[in-house]
Parts: sequence; C-alpha cells; structure tokens
Amino acid sequence: MQAFTVLHGVAAPMPIDNIDTDAISPMAAGRSTSVDLGAMLFNNARYNEDGSEKPDFVLNQPRFRRSVILVAGQNFGFGSSRERAVWALMKFGIRAVIAPSFADIFYDNAFQNGLLPVVQSAERCAAITEFLQSATAPVATVDLERCIVLAAGIETPFSVPAERRLALLEGLEEIDVILRMAPDNDGFEAADRKTRPWIYSVTT
Amino acid sequence: MPTLLDKIWAEHTIRDLADGRTLLRIDRHLIHDGSSRQAFDTLRQKGWRFRNLEQNLAVVDHIISTLPDRTGESHPPGRERIHALRQNARDFDVPFFDTDSPRQGIVHVIAPELGFTLPGTTVVCGDSHTATNGALGALAWGIGTTEVMHVMATQALLTRKPKRMRASFTGRVQPGVYAKDLILAFIRQNGVTAGKGYAVEYAGPVISALGMEARMTICNMSIEFGARMGLIGVDETTIAYVDGRQWAPKGEMWDQAVAHWRTLHSDDDAAFDLEVALDCSNIGPQVSWGTKPEDMINVDDRVPEPGDDAARRSLAYMGLAPGQTLEGVPIDYAFIGSCTNSRLSDLQEAARVIRGRKVAPGVTALAVPGSMTVKAEAEAIGLDRVFIEAGFEWRNAGCSMCVASNGDRVLPGRRSISTTNRNFEDRQGPGSRTHLASPASVAAAAVSGHITDVRKLLRH
Repeated sequence: MQAFTVLHGVAAPMPIDNIDTDAISPMAAGRSTSVDLGAMLFNNARYNEDGSEKPDFVLNQPRFRRSVILVAGQNFGFGSSRERAVWALMKFGIRAVIAPSFADIFYDNAFQNGLLPVVQSAERCAAITEFLQSATAPVATVDLERCIVLAAGIETPFSVPAERRLALLEGLEEIDVILRMAPDNDGFEAADRKTRPWIYSVTT
Repeated sequence: MPTLLDKIWAEHTIRDLADGRTLLRIDRHLIHDGSSRQAFDTLRQKGWRFRNLEQNLAVVDHIISTLPDRTGESHPPGRERIHALRQNARDFDVPFFDTDSPRQGIVHVIAPELGFTLPGTTVVCGDSHTATNGALGALAWGIGTTEVMHVMATQALLTRKPKRMRASFTGRVQPGVYAKDLILAFIRQNGVTAGKGYAVEYAGPVISALGMEARMTICNMSIEFGARMGLIGVDETTIAYVDGRQWAPKGEMWDQAVAHWRTLHSDDDAAFDLEVALDCSNIGPQVSWGTKPEDMINVDDRVPEPGDDAARRSLAYMGLAPGQTLEGVPIDYAFIGSCTNSRLSDLQEAARVIRGRKVAPGVTALAVPGSMTVKAEAEAIGLDRVFIEAGFEWRNAGCSMCVASNGDRVLPGRRSISTTNRNFEDRQGPGSRTHLASPASVAAAAVSGHITDVRKLLRH
C-alpha cells in the first residue's frame, strides 16, 4: 500500500452530497483491466456523449486538472461497495477526500488502498470550498502526522482510527496483521468444528 | 440481555484487539464476476490458496446476458470478466456456477435458496446488498475487493463491531402494500444516512408476519439508508424456510443446528443503541420521484416542493415538477428483477396484476427471475405464460437492468419503473430515469403505460 504522510497540492471543490460510487466509477469502467480508471473517473459528469469534456465540470477546469485532494459534500462514496471507486480516484491522482461524512464501505475501502478520507464539519467544508473557488492558488495541505488540515488560511484537526493512521503512515497492509493471528484462527476453527459442525459440511 | 448482533458477533470472535478491532470468523463468502478479479490476482501473486474452499461460492451474475439461449459470449463487453471468473474458479478450485448452470443466479438469491446462507452465519460478499442474507438471522454485509482477498486467504476479517439499531415495524399493512413499500417508506422517513455505523435489526409484528422472501426484500435495502448490515431474528418461519434446502444440514446435524438457531434472537430485555419505529398503517404503494432512495411518496401524493439545490437537480434530472402527481406519468420501461425483488413471491405478486392484461404499447417490460431455480419454479406453475402472454420479455437470471452492465439498460432520457434498489442518476444506463417501486406497482405501470396506483387494478 502507498504510504501517506503529508499531502500538499491542488484541491478541487465538489460541494455535492451523496456522491455515489456509480458516479465516481461507472459500471463500464469495470469491464476490462485495460480500462484507464483515472480517465473514466466521474465519467458521466465529466464527458459528453461524444467523449468530449464538459468544460464546467470541476476536474476539467484548468485550475483543478491536477487535483490531489477532493472536497465533497456529506455521505461521500454512497451506494455500491465497488473498491474501483477508490482505485479510480487514486489513478486520477487524488490521495485525500475531505467531506463531512463518508459511506461506511467506501471509508474502509479508502484506507485499504492509501486514500485518506478526512472528516471535517459541513461549515469547514463549505469554507474550504468557497476559498478554493476564488483562490489564485487553490491548494490545501493534509498532514496525517499531525492530523491537521491546512486550508483557507487556517488549520483544523481531524481524527482517524489510530491503527488506520499507523497503517497509512507506514504503508502497512491489513492482511499481514490478520496473517500474524493465524494461530488464533486455527484454534478458533478447531473448536468451532465441534460446536457448529454444520458450518463445515457444505456439500457442493 | 444481548441482541442478535451481540450473539452472532461473540460467536464469531476469534480475537479482540486492544485497539477495539475484532478478528471475526467468516462462515460464508459469496464471489461474483463484478468484484473478485483483483482479489484472485493478489492471491496468485502472493502464492496463496483459499483457506476454507468449501465456505466460498462463486457465480456469474452482474455482467451476464439474460437473453434466451445466452452464453458467456452473448454480451461481448462482459466476456473478459466472465472468462476471468471461470479461469479463477478453475485455478483455485472454488465451487462455481457458470453461465449454463441450472443453479446460476444473483448471489443473494441463490445463497439462501441453496441453504448456503444459514441462520447465525457470518456472510460477506463484494457487494453492498449482501445484507439481503440477514433475513435468515445471519450477520451479512458488503465488503470491498481487498477484504474479499482477506476472506479468501484467511476466512476472517479484521473489523469493528457496528452499533445496534432496532427498527420496529408496527400497525396494519394495507392491501396493495408489500415489503418493498415498507422498506421504501422506512428510508423515506429516516433518510439515506440514518443507518451509518449501525447493524439494523428489523422487528415488530409486521416483520414477524412476513414470509422469508419479503424479509429478504426488507434486509436488502439496508445499505440504501447507510447500514451495512440488516438482520431479522430467527423464528419458525426462518427454520421452515431452511428445512430441506439442498445444502442445509440434514439428520442429526439438522436437529443440533435448529436447537442452536432457536436461540438466535434478541433477548426481551436487549438494549439497542437506537430504536426507530415505523407505523405501517398509513403507508400506501411507494414510488420514488427523485434520485435518492429517500425521495419517495405514496403513489397518490404529490411531488414535494424541493427544499434544496440537490432536490431541484433531482427533479430536473427526472423531468418532474413539484406539485404534480406521479399517477399518469408515462413510462418507457418496466423492470421486475434484481436481488431486491426477483424471487418467486415477487413474480407471483406481479403476475396477479398482469394476468389477463397486456403491456401497454411502447413499453418495454422485462421479467428477470433472480435465479435459474426461481425461473424453473415459476415455469412449473405457469407464470412464464402469464408474463409472456401479457407482452413481457421472460429472461434468464442475472442482475440485468438493476446495474445495467450486461446489455440490459434504459436508454438516455427514458423513464423506467423498476423493482430495484437504486434510483441514482445514470444507474440503469447513462441518462436513465428510474422510479423505484414494488413488483405489483411495476406490473400495474407496465399494463397501464404510466405510473398508477396498483390498488385500482387489484380491485377489479
């Protein structure tokens, strides 16, 4: 997993609530591994039917084309569990999403890949959005070491589960933690086979 | 005083970590063509195998054509994924239902139907509608592809226990109102984020009176208000449903299992973090007007005034005006299917409405059974004739027009009424306009050519 320490760069405002994972990465992007997920990020909002760009869409605007941070509305990542939504954001170059809240599955998927979901109040998100829309340099900093967002001239704290923070700082994968507990898993299974034998006797 | 969630959680806890996480044992893992590929790839790269093969089941559902005589080649954009799943299942020896299997179907339809999902099990799948399986008194939830790989390799997940919500459904359900209407009304009442962080136990006299397939419809839509898990306590209805299923325990093991399953309900004095009630007495048939599952009204109500920009955007996308009725709004597509509403009872409820009637001119109507087993059962009692004679297309099993990745889709700007779970922009195809409703309401619209109150058709 890609480690995450301090991120500084262009931040794109997308002040819309309930941005769903279908909108982030449509089904068509999942057909083949040869699809460029980053190019298809927000496909339906970003392109016209003939494939040309919609100039009004935030990531098509010259100021925001190289965004590394997204500032969104509440319940970001709503809907489908597709992890491809996280992969698509990262392929585009986004490494952090700032929003008042995230959908649960998206939130977990983000951490598994090194995309940082940052919760900030709706008022703070609105203030950052307003700043980004008018600033000459629409940039922000997300510092995971200090758990601070620096944007619109002020610093605000954010919190993430301690183990998630550590995993991101060091680029650790969760599977390695699970594998280290293999003896516990073995012991559980041996006992469980006796108490719930029907779980282990599936006949295909 | 434990809740059902507490009981199942405790029974599957391999180890509690100091940071609040739990290593949780997974009993059942469902794999499909949409979300598993990169997980198999990681296993291959690492040189790992499945830890407990027999507790995994793979099937093609998302990207497979539903046309008559379909094969894995019928929908060219789906070939690559179907080939990949077939090869992966073969390479790793995973139990697999291919495109020509008589047991093929949507993961959440076939798992309960086969007796793969059992009461008290932990069930996961790379699909957000996995809570469907919670209807059996199972703890079931959707995961991403990284966690799919974790389960393949370890049959366990590192996770945090959700909070406990109880949703009590009370009152008297009116004729023409179905499980789908109840859960849609619940989402309308509580909003699309109400369930965030919770496992929701559906309870109360209305839930107890529902059959298993109706309970699956309720649990299916938990994610549409933000809850990863939705479940219902085990009762005699549950046990009768599981009894005799192909993979359900038999003989002495059955007795042993049933004795355990009878303990799988929240205790009378169980404490929940949040209690929510739904009075079902005044709920009519529900139809959505916007692009979020909370954007619902009784079919005989008027489209509300938009309260914010999002609602205005929704109305514009849907081509509707505040204050208008949905009754009479012409439709182009009627879709009956998906993991929400594609079981035998769903098809029967729709058939009751369309029997002796014809699909209105200009309407494309699809009936897509949730599994090839459901299809065969429906054909055995002549339901296929009812649909076909009315002018419906009678299809093979798959996710079809719910997720629009198999060639079945709504054309841009066209209007669909659908038994599915999401009315998001572009969900049923770019530019599609979706109205969520029950199978009976979709059937009523199909034969009327426009959205209508199904109760008018049931009276005659």
